[in-house]
Amino acid sequence: MSVTDTTVQKGQSRVSRASQVFVALMKRPRSAFGMVVILIMVFAAVFAPLIMPQDPFEQSFEGLSLVGAPLPPGGDFLLGTDLLGRDLASRLVLGTRTSLIIGVLANGIAILLGAGVGITAGYFGGWIGAILMRFTDLMMAFPALLLAIVLAAIFQPSLLIVALVIAMVNWVQMARVIYTETRSLAERDFIQVQRALGAGHLRILGSHLLPHLLSSILVFGTLGISTTVLLEATLSFLGVGVQPPMPSWGNIIFENQTYFNTAPWLVFFPGAAIVLLALAFNLVGDALRDILDPTLKGRH
Amino acid sequence: MTETVLTVRDLSVQVATPSGAKTVLDGLSFELRAGETLCLAGESGSGKSMTALAIMGLLPKPMCRITRGSVCLGDTQLVGLPDAAYRKIRTARVAMIFQEPMTSLNPLMTVQQQLTETLLEHDACTRAEAPARALQLLRDVQLTEPERRLKQYPHELSGGMRQRVMIAIALACDPEVLIADEPTTALDVTVQAEILDLIRALQRDHGTSVLMITHDMGVVAEMADHVIILRHGQEVESAPVRDIFSTPRSEYAKELLGAVPRLGTAPPRPAKPQGVPVLEVDDLSVRFDVRGGVLNRVQARVHAVEGVSFGINAGETLALVGESGCGKSTIGKALMGLVPWQGSVQVMGRQTRGMGPALMKPVRRDVQMVFQDPGASLDSRMTVGDQVAEPLLIHGLASGSALKDRVEHLFRRVGLSPDMMARYPHEFSGGQRQRVNIARALSLSPKLIIADESVSALDVSVQAQVLELLQEIQDEDGLAFLFISHDMAVVEQVADRIMVMRLGQVVEEGARDAILRDPRHQYTRRLLSAVPVPDPSRQRPERIETESIGSPIWPKGREPDRLKLEEISFQHRVAV
Repeated sequence: MSVTDTTVQKGQSRVSRASQVFVALMKRPRSAFGMVVILIMVFAAVFAPLIMPQDPFEQSFEGLSLVGAPLPPGGDFLLGTDLLGRDLASRLVLGTRTSLIIGVLANGIAILLGAGVGITAGYFGGWIGAILMRFTDLMMAFPALLLAIVLAAIFQPSLLIVALVIAMVNWVQMARVIYTETRSLAERDFIQVQRALGAGHLRILGSHLLPHLLSSILVFGTLGISTTVLLEATLSFLGVGVQPPMPSWGNIIFENQTYFNTAPWLVFFPGAAIVLLALAFNLVGDALRDILDPTLKGRH
Repeated sequence: MTETVLTVRDLSVQVATPSGAKTVLDGLSFELRAGETLCLAGESGSGKSMTALAIMGLLPKPMCRITRGSVCLGDTQLVGLPDAAYRKIRTARVAMIFQEPMTSLNPLMTVQQQLTETLLEHDACTRAEAPARALQLLRDVQLTEPERRLKQYPHELSGGMRQRVMIAIALACDPEVLIADEPTTALDVTVQAEILDLIRALQRDHGTSVLMITHDMGVVAEMADHVIILRHGQEVESAPVRDIFSTPRSEYAKELLGAVPRLGTAPPRPAKPQGVPVLEVDDLSVRFDVRGGVLNRVQARVHAVEGVSFGINAGETLALVGESGCGKSTIGKALMGLVPWQGSVQVMGRQTRGMGPALMKPVRRDVQMVFQDPGASLDSRMTVGDQVAEPLLIHGLASGSALKDRVEHLFRRVGLSPDMMARYPHEFSGGQRQRVNIARALSLSPKLIIADESVSALDVSVQAQVLELLQEIQDEDGLAFLFISHDMAVVEQVADRIMVMRLGQVVEEGARDAILRDPRHQYTRRLLSAVPVPDPSRQRPERIETESIGSPIWPKGREPDRLKLEEISFQHRVAV
């Protein structure tokens, strides 16, 4: 509990802090844009069946030209059709589900795992740190894609498994960055003071180290969104990711990339969606970093 | 009258800040004559370093700009000079040495490479002549074994040697003006005395004009011909050095000089009834292993602290003095259990050897520490109120409104308003931050506070206030202090007893007056003779030269000889 707001109950103070952060995010034009994009995507993912203009699985005859080529955007099909005559707009909307779940879930697990390993190894050091970091090095040396394929082949492909597999591959970089930063933070005076005061490990880790690591975690975490979405696409392309005919932004690109010259819209729209998703998280992450840093208060 | 080398007229500098442009230097004018030393003195934020950077054309762009005024070096107008032309002037005509010699030297180049680079850059000599010139320069700055030093890298040199190399580089092209920005602040007093002597000698031989920037009035008294006192970017007073010290005209100069601790002027410590023993240390040793080789085995040990014994009673202040690397801070850390140690430490009669964190916890309530850097020892992401409350939470001593009351009380106690509790550390000045640190240390009502260079990073006037606060707390609560410091003048003000350390061992200990008025060990005398005296009319006592201090690193299997202390008078012990 904080002495600076003892009048408020613990639960309430958390809620009010969260709403303060939300208001601050919406006040900045850039992060507000990011928030809106993320909210739209979440909405699209949840209500996909309701807002899809057409059936995303139907390989309709009208969806192909007379020579059997996909239709460009415009006309009956808003964003055109794919090689099998399926409506691209509908597939993108439904694909939001997969991509968002993968992007957020896989990345979230990777962040938790990577930051957890990094902080633990950096703070405790000694043999704990040595074992954890050598294991991290081992994971780093292992070809990521190969590992993902092996893992995906062992387990039945499903959305959750794909997310777990991607997290297993992606946590390593985060662990490295956080480890190095924790090492230098742990030597700083204000951490030494805590030790001298007799503070427990949990207090030092949670109240003093974590807030200082937050900016790195946010920056690295938001960067991970786009790599995660693309890794899912690679896995799907290799047949160990999301199973067809279920669409995801990544596998739409991979299915159609060979036709880039004749039907560029098939690659452009899902690509743009991925960029937009990554950008939105980046903007929100950057703003969040500044909002949570008290030394920057009132500088915007 | 000798000719004027550097003329600064109405110089003003602005810095762009988030809240608009801020004037950090406002209409400063002065003249520097050939062979003269001009000191710019002032506390932090007075604009003294800005002046140096403005003259050198090194103001950080694009945040800073010169808004007004002129800087003339001889006939050359420096304000607005293009970069290419400025490069020809820097080092060749105006050279600068900085506070931190390690960061000013390139760690990947040998001394010779760095000297040669400067010489060739300014066409001071041909490539063939360069090595000989470099060697001569090192001789000029009186570096020992100059031939060997040429081949060494900065990390192989001591702080004083590095500053000598910096001076050699600065003087490579025989500049007309040498700007020295706090050149000795990062150095030990004995080394500081040597460097100041060197600057004086070089100035005499080369006729260089020196613009010296310092916060230390002792250095001003020793070096300056003329002094300008700055405050908030404005000149407060400008006068010959003797006049400033004997008859300061401005209020601020009087205050500043009044706050300077002068060795030998502190009133005697009041006699106090002997309190109960708070801390008893017996045969304390701290050693760090140096590992290396293929198998990463222990090859040598740093004997940071070696067989030190002492005790502190309630209400008493024991000062631990010595130069950097003597182990004084390590003792503080060992007492807090921050480094592994051997020997015996008893706090309020309880033996702490071999105690785990859980057993140590109640002991920690009795011993608290205040660190040197007030900013770095506070968490920048937590409000100061929460940080002062934290020890009480850790030890489960208060919660809810009792906690809030207690923290408010602590804030008032150290002279801060409780309204400030919700603020973050960056919203405070250095002195206020140190007050927060003291409040945090006091929160557990300790019996002993270890103050590790706790006032060294503060301006003199703030330093005086913080020392006063500490004294007040001691008088009221009968707290014991272990005061770790390198500053003899400050130590004189606060200490009841003094322990002088060198290379991890005590060389002399005794009552304050015994040590300061009647030092017996040669090292103590050397330390005292090196302290700059803030009085230009008084000649500093002859500096005592001694051999180099040696190293606390010993190969495995060998140990330093333990010094034996001999009691020469009541409680005054000297190493034999």
